[in-house]
Amino acid sequence: MTIPFPMSLLAELTHRCPLQCPYCSNPLALENVRNELPTDVWMRVLDEAADLGVLQAHFSGGEPMARKDLPELVRRAAKAGLYVNLITSGILLDEASFIPLVDAGVDHVQLSFQDVTPEGADLIGGMKNAQARKLEAARVIVAQGVPLTLNFVVHRLNVERIPQMFDLAEELGARRVEIAHTQYYGWGLKNRATLLPTRAQLEQSERDVASARARFGGEMAIDFVTPDYYADEPKPCMGGWGQRFINISPTGRVLPCHAAETIPGVSFPTVLEDSLESIWTKSDLFNRFRGVDWMPAPCRTCDRREEDWGGCRCQALALLGDATATDPVCRRSPDRGLIDAAIAESADAPLVYRRMSNHKS
Amino acid sequence: MSADLEARIPSFLRGVRLQRDRVRDQWIVQAPERAFIVDSIAASILQRVDGDATLAMIIDALATAYDAPRDVIARDVIDMVEELTARQVLVCKS
Repeated sequence: MTIPFPMSLLAELTHRCPLQCPYCSNPLALENVRNELPTDVWMRVLDEAADLGVLQAHFSGGEPMARKDLPELVRRAAKAGLYVNLITSGILLDEASFIPLVDAGVDHVQLSFQDVTPEGADLIGGMKNAQARKLEAARVIVAQGVPLTLNFVVHRLNVERIPQMFDLAEELGARRVEIAHTQYYGWGLKNRATLLPTRAQLEQSERDVASARARFGGEMAIDFVTPDYYADEPKPCMGGWGQRFINISPTGRVLPCHAAETIPGVSFPTVLEDSLESIWTKSDLFNRFRGVDWMPAPCRTCDRREEDWGGCRCQALALLGDATATDPVCRRSPDRGLIDAAIAESADAPLVYRRMSNHKS
Repeated sequence: MSADLEARIPSFLRGVRLQRDRVRDQWIVQAPERAFIVDSIAASILQRVDGDATLAMIIDALATAYDAPRDVIARDVIDMVEELTARQVLVCKS
């Protein structure tokens, strides 16, 4: 099997964040600041990523702007030829903190919004008055001329407001909008009963996105991520394991996806001990589910095996306790009943916020 | 009409650029949340987009560089610039 070159690096610089969204893609076991990689290691890793074929570096977290060395890291990434994307909550973003990032070469900002209403935003972010700071952040970004994407994670509690989300994007001057249904891993899985939309809500969201596409045409790029629970076939998670994507955790673990640290019985490679190139091409973790040779029965002979790559390994693990199983979202999986049962189980329950104290290891 | 079209000045939208992908040995356009391969013809056009050159100047330069009929080059350039404008890669001012 030839090993492809990776396209994207998600650099999760820190797990510190002023928000506590109950669907956060960070792992349940959050890393402490004292274990975060130092600046010089990140510098080396950014150079190695560019040499390995990565085209775009996404600085994320947690809240990446919590790292004081972010302008230095952006500058290094830009110098290496990487397209620099900042994925931020905007809570720490003002002129004083943003202009150094622009000077350092940030190419694009993806700004998260939890809702269009201040009340909805406070409920999900677990922080008072977050919305006003986000609106101000958007104005600062647009005033600097940097292209802006608004990212809305949608779920049962806010999905009805998709039309207003597009209004807000237009008003703020965003060039791109992402409407992303919640993905149910880690924190999202903990809150699934409260967050999973109904089928009627999903279908309404599809109509709302379609009418926004018709309304804006080429003026606004729109990315729509549907919840795989209502699909018949699984999503090709991260474009396939070890095919396009590298995730680096705040402590330097190198992962094929955000949730891979949940997989048992694997040693996780780290940039403190090995080069990115060696980890990408040779590590047990990246080769474990790469390609099609590892696949179980329904996938192995499926004509979609190189389209969805057997679906999401972490979802198979989280729901079935077996990372080598077919993603249970698939109608061909013997375990599809679990997904249908989860859809039937929706019920309002208090949200479990993303905080260190809400996870016992 | 063609003269009007050729008076336009294309430039890259902020956050979009042409880049040599040295690892894969190809030209790519980098844009927010996406990167896509461009063929050598598109790359030769985009290399001449600097925010000052008019389409007429780009067409003249390419017709000379490739020793090709100007009307053929003009059609290719105008089509490609229109396509890339629709894809939020370029903007044109007249």
